[in-house]
Amino acid sequence: MSPPNDHAARQADFHAALWQPRPPGGLDPRRFAVYRNNVQHGLTRALAARFPVIETLLGAAFFAQTARVFAAAHPPQSPVLLDWGAAFAAFLDGFPPVAHLPYLADVARLEWARGRAYHAADAVCADPAALAVADPSSLRLALAPSVRSWSSRWPALSIWQRNQPGAPDGPLPGGPEYALIARTPGFSVVVEPLDPGAHACLDRLASGAPLGVAARGTDPTPLLALLFRHQLIAAIGA
Amino acid sequence: MPLPARAGIGFKPAHFTQILQDPGPVGFIEVHAENYMGAGGAPHAMLDRLHADHALSVHGVGLSIGGAQPLDRDHLARLQGLLARHRPESFSEHLAWSSHGAAWLNDLLPLPYTDQTLATICDHVDQVQDTLGMRMLLENPATYLTFAESTWSETDFLRQIARRTGCGLLLDVNNVFVSAMNHRFDPLDYLAEFPLDPVGEIHLAGHEVDGTADDRLLIDSHARPVADPVWSLFADVLARTGPLPTLIEWDNDVPEWPVLRAEAQRAATLIDETRHVPAQ
Repeated sequence: MSPPNDHAARQADFHAALWQPRPPGGLDPRRFAVYRNNVQHGLTRALAARFPVIETLLGAAFFAQTARVFAAAHPPQSPVLLDWGAAFAAFLDGFPPVAHLPYLADVARLEWARGRAYHAADAVCADPAALAVADPSSLRLALAPSVRSWSSRWPALSIWQRNQPGAPDGPLPGGPEYALIARTPGFSVVVEPLDPGAHACLDRLASGAPLGVAARGTDPTPLLALLFRHQLIAAIGA
Repeated sequence: MPLPARAGIGFKPAHFTQILQDPGPVGFIEVHAENYMGAGGAPHAMLDRLHADHALSVHGVGLSIGGAQPLDRDHLARLQGLLARHRPESFSEHLAWSSHGAAWLNDLLPLPYTDQTLATICDHVDQVQDTLGMRMLLENPATYLTFAESTWSETDFLRQIARRTGCGLLLDVNNVFVSAMNHRFDPLDYLAEFPLDPVGEIHLAGHEVDGTADDRLLIDSHARPVADPVWSLFADVLARTGPLPTLIEWDNDVPEWPVLRAEAQRAATLIDETRHVPAQ
């Protein structure tokens, strides 16, 4: 056992015991359990706040058990909890107890993207008039920092939508599904369904392709209208 | 400018519109630093708007000042950025630890009070104040455990930290009551020993009771109204200090605005009763 006067050793013992059934030497089990519960419950609630539909889909008790396994394996790496959970979708993909729910990780990716959009840097919208040039195909668009592109082999967007408060019930479509996720200037996070062509166009615009290249094989007009309607184009340049 | 010697509330986004329209006695708001460390969006916009009307206290929960390991420089830099962006009237943190290695544990964990931990904490407080360029307040914890190796009382420990670093203290009266009940001491004795001169802010909050009689433990939940014995201790403190900025902390099961506003009003009334009365 570590010497009792060594602060670092004491904290290492305390930390290790937070994830084990027994308290560190010399400490009362019931009192130590208050800290263990605070740590585990606090992290579970933080994860549930970021992934509310995953909690709905799994049920509160199973979600809490899942969160505990995730938190022990992937604890937050900084006190900024709004940055915690990037690894949750990939974790669900490899978590045997949810292997029968193959769409779950994509729902988690959608919820993670919503959180990133909510906290993304602010941006000012470009003037759409800048598109009114003789040949717009060589123009490049800088998207607002909140813009995220999302896709799934499964109808995971429909599943997410069905689990919003007050959403109507109904048959699910077949997959795959695509979406744009972003924050409007009024701070709403929007989830807009896209068709496969618009989704590919969005990905190419985001990677810096000029409009003519990004729009290859699809009509970019509905996507551009959507981006301007939500004021998601930060700059237009040559 | 320090915080005004009035009532304040822990800000929750659900109350944003009502605080602006119906602030009642609210003289300042307080937020947890780590919730405002995203790049942009609504959190910063709400804080900007509220700070136009109210003084702002930034309350950190992530520095792990009581940790044996060095402070997280990245986190200190984030704090520096947040304070530069919002220019709060006050910054405070906790006598606790919450990180181990790279892992953050999301709770305020207890530590023994020894010469070794005192030296470590004083170094950390010096580093925080030097980096942030402002005096910070350090808060007394609510604890469920004590350590046999402690050689300092908590009040003497806090007095030493304030004396050696020049930091101020944040006196959480609910924490005093919770610790007193959990460790079976008289909260009035603790408060009689508490160094009140460096106190720059008071916290009040609700707690839960776990167990019965002999095995009773109080849990610092921030999920209920302030308990009557805590109000009574608060009035005793004010009688000695005169008016102090006093925060109602209600972080879980957050109530409707009128309920929180009424708690703030109760604190404001007690503060106002001590104005123009010479402190004892």
